[in-house]
Amino acid sequence: MSTTAIHEEVKLSPEEYRRYGRHLIMPEVGLEGQQKLKASGVLMIGAGGLGSPLGLYLAAAGVGRLGIVDFDVVDDSNLQRQILHSTKDVGRSKLESAKERINGVNPHVHVEPYRTQLTAENALDILKDYDVVVDGTDNFPTRYLVNDACVLLKKPNVYGSIFRFEGQASVFYAEEGPCYRCLYSEPPPPGLVPSCAEGGVLGVLPGIVGTIQATETIKLILGIGTPLIGRLLLFDALAMQFRELTLRKNPDCPICGEHPTIDHLIDYEAFCGVTPQPTDGKLQKEFEITVGDLKAKLDRGEDVFVLDVREPHEYRIVNLNGYLVPLNDLPKRVNELDSAKDIVVHCHHGIRSVRAVDFLRQVGFKKVKNLVGGIDQWSLKIDPKLPRY
Amino acid sequence: MATKILIPTPLRAYTEKKESVLAEGKTVGELLSHLTTNYGALRRHLYSDDGKLRAFVNVYVNDEDIRYLQKEHTAVKDTDTVSIIPSIAGGTQ
Repeated sequence: MSTTAIHEEVKLSPEEYRRYGRHLIMPEVGLEGQQKLKASGVLMIGAGGLGSPLGLYLAAAGVGRLGIVDFDVVDDSNLQRQILHSTKDVGRSKLESAKERINGVNPHVHVEPYRTQLTAENALDILKDYDVVVDGTDNFPTRYLVNDACVLLKKPNVYGSIFRFEGQASVFYAEEGPCYRCLYSEPPPPGLVPSCAEGGVLGVLPGIVGTIQATETIKLILGIGTPLIGRLLLFDALAMQFRELTLRKNPDCPICGEHPTIDHLIDYEAFCGVTPQPTDGKLQKEFEITVGDLKAKLDRGEDVFVLDVREPHEYRIVNLNGYLVPLNDLPKRVNELDSAKDIVVHCHHGIRSVRAVDFLRQVGFKKVKNLVGGIDQWSLKIDPKLPRY
Repeated sequence: MATKILIPTPLRAYTEKKESVLAEGKTVGELLSHLTTNYGALRRHLYSDDGKLRAFVNVYVNDEDIRYLQKEHTAVKDTDTVSIIPSIAGGTQ
């Protein structure tokens, strides 16, 4: 780690000696380790679920500089797991809220906020002055971007990812082991893997995975113990089990292999297939309907068949009186639907319903439309009495 | 004679919510073929249209990635545990 060159010049105040006393008495940390922490800079990508315990523990531990990249605003639905933010912070920028909380824990930490989305244009500039990068993002384009930028800058990338009751953690450090591309050379096509917004996540799960990331970050700075380099840690909260898989450096890895083909940052939205295709956009339009247009049709008394492709437990939270067929059951229950009718398909946010419309079109339905924004949009725009979740 | 395959959360929707499934076969390829015969909807999540294992799905025999063993020809015993580990993206939101 590059922090060692300057850490001896960093002095602790009497207040800091008292604050870090429990670290100072352990020889594995000691005064030198505490100075290393204070001399170090850590960049957190995201101040959300994983970033919450991470930011709090890194601040408490005495990391000197904490960079945070986030452009999001605190929402009610974040509070179930994002313990950096409080109820009073709803509507505030996550960066402001995070900075206030972090400096409340430890005023000695210098918080460096970046109110932006990490992009191929700004990533190298933002990452270059930090010793460790911690990836707490929620999407594939940013994961690949963070990975590639870390490989090009020769920095360790402390990885964590969560879904429902399961988490993964590792340290990707191409100088000493595999990178994220060695594990997964390509992202899944959009729509095939559900996101947390669709699949849900147990609130404490990011607490556990983010705390593991904080632990690994501190170990890397101190240069102690055995880091998760070359190991993928899997956590299953329901079984309360940890497992470990061996990760190997892929000699054919396009960025850290023997003959790398990537030597600069690329267009990650395009790489992950999430750039909207203009021609598809036009085609898509005729298979879409807005909540306003659906309301107008229903008000005119038109015969519209509303198909709800969410899960039964979501239907019980709130529904539009639609006909419930969960997306995964659609193939075997498609014969329950009448292709002669005008069908409007909806889900929670309009992601699963796109897949349902695609499927129905493939099997011959022509009068089928996707409700843009799902039932959430209906609650927002049409009927505020319906609870949002 | 069957080997245990651990099914990750995102794919349990296609295995009747089962966390693990027993499948028969002498190699990883045979096991997965047996698995996707029993659970047809799983096939497109594991294999691309040209029949190759997808790049965002890794298969492990015990704690080793089959890409560094004999890939789908990797031999399996009843006492082995096979894991399917797809990439997941969740974090912030």
